Parts: sequence; C-alpha cells; structure tokens
Amino acid sequence: MAATQEEIVAGLADIVNEIAGIPVEDVQLDKSFTDDLDVDSLSMVEVVVAAEERFDVKIPDDDVKNLKTVGDATDYILKHQG
Amino acid sequence: MSKIKTRKGAPYARILGVGGYRPTRVVPNEVILETIDSSDEWIRSRSGIETRHWANDEETVAAMSIEASGKAIADAGIRAEQIGAVVVSTVSHFSQTPAVATEIADKLGTNQAAAFDISAGCAGFGYALTLAKGMVVDGSAEYVLVIGVERLSDLTDLEDRTTAFLFGDGAGAVIVGPSEEPHIGPTVWGSEGDKSDTIKQTVPWNEFRLGDVSQLPLDGKGNVKFPAITQEGQAVFRWAVFEMAKVAQQALDAAGITPDDLDVFIPHQANVRIIDSMVKTLKLPEHVTVARDIRTTGNTSAASIPLAMERLLATGEAKSGDTALVIGFGAGLVYAATVVTLP
Repeated sequence: MAATQEEIVAGLADIVNEIAGIPVEDVQLDKSFTDDLDVDSLSMVEVVVAAEERFDVKIPDDDVKNLKTVGDATDYILKHQG
Repeated sequence: MSKIKTRKGAPYARILGVGGYRPTRVVPNEVILETIDSSDEWIRSRSGIETRHWANDEETVAAMSIEASGKAIADAGIRAEQIGAVVVSTVSHFSQTPAVATEIADKLGTNQAAAFDISAGCAGFGYALTLAKGMVVDGSAEYVLVIGVERLSDLTDLEDRTTAFLFGDGAGAVIVGPSEEPHIGPTVWGSEGDKSDTIKQTVPWNEFRLGDVSQLPLDGKGNVKFPAITQEGQAVFRWAVFEMAKVAQQALDAAGITPDDLDVFIPHQANVRIIDSMVKTLKLPEHVTVARDIRTTGNTSAASIPLAMERLLATGEAKSGDTALVIGFGAGLVYAATVVTLP
C-alpha cells in the first residue's frame, strides 16, 4: 500500500537521523537537506538509496539534485512510489 | 590437424612481495585552496584527504615504478632476471607508444621480460593481478611484476573545486609467483560502458591537433587547459558504495570466505566516505582492518591498492598471511574484486 505524506516524512526523518544523526523532530517539510539538516551531497545519496528501498521508488541520479527540501523528496516519493 | 603442445605452470599463484613509492613532495590542503574556493574542513569532510604527494620532474611514471618494483622484488626475495612479465596499469603515462612497461623491465634488469601497459583506471591493479595469476598458472611466466602507477597531478584541473583536492601521485608494485596452495581467489570483474561519461577525461588528446582551439576549455588566464579527469560525484558515489558492495560480496562468496574469516579490507582509495559507506553496507565485522591510506596519499587510481597494502604491512596494522579483500573500481566504468593472502 502506498505511503501517505505523513508516513513518508516520518520515514525520511528516521533515515536522516540514521545517516546524519539529526533529531527526527527537526526533519520537517520546509527543511533543506544541505542548509538545515547537515546532509551533504554524498550523504544525500545515502538518504536517497535508503528511501528507494523503504518506499519502493526509483530516484535516478539526475533527479537527486532537484530534491532540495524534505518537501521536495516527499512529493517525489508520493508521485513515484510503487 | 596437428597437436599443439602446451606449457604447464604452477598449481596456483600468490602475491610474494609488495613495494610502494610516494613522491617526496607532500601537498597539504592549504596548497589546493590557493586555486579553489573551498576549505580544509570541506575537503576533509567530503573526501577524508589531509595531504597527498605530487611528483616532481624526476619522479616520472617510470622512475616511481622502478623504485616501487625494486622494493617488491626485494620483499619477494627473488632476482629481477627471474621476472617473466611486467604488467603496468596506468592512465597517466603520456607517451602513447611504446609502453612504459618495457623501459621498466629493462632498467630493472629483467631478462627481456614480456612487458606491456593496460588501461583499466582505478580497477587496474585487480585487472593486472588477474592477468598475472593466469600467466603464472599457465606457465607463461614464473614471476610477474604487477605495477599500478599514476601521476594524476598532471591530469588534475586545479580550478575544479570538486576534483582539485582529490588526486595524488605514486606507484605500487607486487610480485606474483608460484604457490602450492591457492592464495588469490577468483576475480569478480566487469565493465559498464553505458556509464562511460561518469568519470572521464575532459578533452581527448586528438582535439589538440586540429589547430582550432576555440572549442577547448580555457583556464583563468585564457590559456587552453590541459585535459583533466572529471567525474559526476553523486553518481560515482552511489555506484561505488552500493553496486561495488555487491561485487565485493560476490568476490568473498567466490573465494568461500565469510566476513568473519576476513582480516583486511583494501578498497580502491577513492574517497574515505565511499570506504566508510562500503564497510557499513558490507556489514564488515569490527575486527577487519580497513585501509584508509587516502588520508595522506589521495586518490592514486591504479596505484592505490598496492600502496595501501604496502603501508598496512609496514605499519603492522596488517601482517603477512592475513586474508584481504581487494576491490578496485573507476573510469569505464570498470571494476575488479578478489580475495588474496597478504605477502
């Protein structure tokens, strides 16, 4: 069953917490991965791969650069999840 | 049809000795920061690199190779004239022909050993090691000298903030010879040419002979830039960490080695973040020693695995007889992984 927006944000919060050590409550839709959450370009790849697995979605390299905020990633997953 | 006689070599092959050469000039991040807008903290956090070695005019690809090879020959306890073949992996020997391997074979004092260069980027050591193993087992050579050597400072765009800090120079060499027991596992290797744009040379050499340089990239002073290595960082990172972890696992499986059996992990020294993520993805146990030579050597492409091997043995972090997983991966894209017993 497809994940809801809330479930996706919660899932991304877990992933960002695991990879960058950021508290889950800090991971909000308007937060920028690089500017607010200390997720650099390489950690972002790890976040993307973990999200692909968790939400059964493919996020190609060319699309990764467009995912600036948690909201961008959530929308992308909502639209493309299997 | 006539019957063709064949030779028979040793039952198995093993690495008998290793040697390395790092150029005398140590280049700290401060020097890199003279030409790019970045910081020491940024470079360290993205790559793990603190210093690298850059070669001077005398430290040519051949000269560095000869130094490293001399140490490997001594470490193996053989004489140069016993070497039957010299295989050099490099992408930074700028004379297209002849191969640099022939000069090295001659200057080392081999007895007209077969000698040739290969181009397999950062997987070059694994490719050359695989060829060497085959030669020892089929009797083409009793001892094979395998060299990974690069002067990547010559192929570095010092104005590119994503790669200027990354590359280093150096040579690593091993002697592969006969063994009664298997000490080099099956190689898991391959290529993914559909990803050839991921890591590449900015401009092919033949662009320079056309006379029309208007399409070539220029430096800050308006001069035509020498070709450099460029890469798509995120794509390389994803492929290296997640796809190469699978290849590394396949190499362990092919050799019948579990992570618990493993003593040492020597991945190509591409970036400490790739190394750390691979270790995590492979779920390597705590007791496995992981090579992180990149911190003070930079990314030396084909030279990185033998250089890291030499350093681990020299510092005592690894010891002779340890079981090591080695994996190289890079431009092509190409990869090669195998399990070896350390010399």
